[in-house]
Formats: sequence, C-alpha cells, structure tokens
Amino acid sequence: MLIDLIILACGIAMALAAIGAVVTRSLLVSIILSGGVSLIASLVFLLMGAPDVAMTEAAIGSGLTTVVYLYALSRSKQADNEDSEERVENPSKETGVQP
Amino acid sequence: MMRKVLVTLAIIGFAFALLPMVFEAGTPDAPGGLASAYLEKSPQDFATANVVTAIVVSYRGFDTLGEVAVLFAATAGVGALLTRKRLGLTEPDAPKTPSTEILYTATNLLTSLLVMFGVYIFIHGHLTPGGGFQGGVVIATAVLLNLLASPGSHVAHSVMSAVESLSGAFYVGLGLLGAFLAWGFLDPRVLPIGKIGALVSAGSIPLIYSVIGLKVGAELSAILDALKGDRE
Repeated sequence: MLIDLIILACGIAMALAAIGAVVTRSLLVSIILSGGVSLIASLVFLLMGAPDVAMTEAAIGSGLTTVVYLYALSRSKQADNEDSEERVENPSKETGVQP
Repeated sequence: MMRKVLVTLAIIGFAFALLPMVFEAGTPDAPGGLASAYLEKSPQDFATANVVTAIVVSYRGFDTLGEVAVLFAATAGVGALLTRKRLGLTEPDAPKTPSTEILYTATNLLTSLLVMFGVYIFIHGHLTPGGGFQGGVVIATAVLLNLLASPGSHVAHSVMSAVESLSGAFYVGLGLLGAFLAWGFLDPRVLPIGKIGALVSAGSIPLIYSVIGLKVGAELSAILDALKGDRE
C-alpha cells in the first residue's frame, strides 16, 4: 500500500516535471527537468522490482543523455555567437536584408 | 488557433482510446508461460542467479549482439560527423577555462572508484542486477569526469578503438564457439556452468558480459570525446 502511494507520488512528480520541461522557456531548465523525469522513472522501476532497468535508466537516461544534451546546447550557443559575430562584421552577406 | 484545437482534440481522443488499458493495468499475480519457463529453466540450464542476464545474454543473445552493433554504428556516425573540420572551426577554440579545484580533486578521488564499480557491475552480471551495458556506462561516466576536470585533455583513440574492436571480435568468437562446441550460436555452455551463485559459473556469460562492458565503455567514451567537438 505504501509502495503504491510512493509510486503514485512519483508518477505525479514525473508528469509535473515533464510538463515543466515542455513549458519552460529556458533550454537549460528543460534539459535538467527531463533528466529529473528519468531519475524519478528509475526510482519507480526500482520500487516495482526491476533493478536492472532502474540501473540502466539512472545511468543512461538521467546521466549520459543529459550530458549529451548539455554538450549539444553549448555547441549550438557557440554556433549562434559565431553567426552573430559574422553578421556584425559584414552585414551585407546576410540574404534579404540591405544595410 | 485551429491547429491547437485540433491537437488538443487528438490528445483527448488518444486519452479515451487508451483509457481501458488504465483499468487493466496492475501487477500480475503469477508470471506468464514463457516467463515461468525462463524462471525455472535458467538456473538449471546456465546456473545464473540473475535470470535477466540469462535472458539477455543467452536466450535472447542474438538481440544483444544486434544492440551492440547498433551502438557501434552510432559511435562511428558521431565520430565521423563531429570533427573540427565538419563543425567549421578552423582555428582551435579559445583557451578553455580550467576546472575548479573541487571538481579536479573529486575527479582524482572518484575515477578509480567509478572504474572499479563499473567493472564490478559487469563481472557480477550473472549474479546481481546489472551487466555489460550498465557497467560500461559507469566507466564512461568516469571518463566524462576526467574530460570535464581537464578540458584540454583527450581520450586516447588508438587505445579505445583497440579495446572496442578486440572485445567485439572476442564476443563474436565466443558466439561462434557456442555454435561449434555447444547447442547453438552464443550458447554459454562452452565452459563448465559450475555452481549457481559462484563468481566463476554460468559458462561464458561473465566473459561475454565483460567484453560487452568494455566495448560499451570504450564506445561511449569515444562519443563523449567527440561531443567536445575539438577533435581533429
């Protein structure tokens, strides 16, 4: 009974975190929340008696995937900065916009 | 506006279509036919204390070989795409900010422990929960910590590709041995299955899971190194 209640609470927390990850405007917060969803999911797997799946979910879902997303985010930010620098240096290169 | 209404309607429709499944959900009292066959047979067949491992490595061993192949293809793709030339970075990045003292010290303390834990997970795959994939990811985590602690460093690619290809060849070789000496491809009974619960037991399952662990660890480390994006 107690375990059912904990699983239910975990489910509600997962749903809230997932909605938050979609709704929020900051990509960083979104990545962290989706990692949190995986972390709670691994707890649910553990409570349901599937430690193998829980280990995989904790290590890959909340650990490695989050890191991959964070690397991609920093990379896209760098590309953004380089683009805007180019635009400032020679604005005529940009299509459709006349200086 | 119209689109949002349609999307909402579609979601509500899905919710109603899947609603009956909610009432059927629950934990079954007894395992089904195939599951109980696995539960009864695997300790006798392979002397594995962890039934999940017996299913993943031997009963469904061919699927696992496919998974490892998929992971290899993904690593090769990431490595081919994420080079400095492809990313359009001609000159090296500006000197990276060094990591903090806390991260550096913690990494020095944790690296050996993490690698040891990963090796423990995949060597004990036939006894306790976990196995090659989980252990490999834990090892990759240790590599990630080191990459973060010293931003200019790199994974030794020759070592990684040697570990990766040797363990892959060893895995396929063990599978072929099973085809010739035992009951079929990837059958672990090429070695004596021993006593259930012992570290050296379950035939070649510990060996197979160890090479899978090494392979996954090497592949994920290579992916993480490629994602740093400053590779030649």
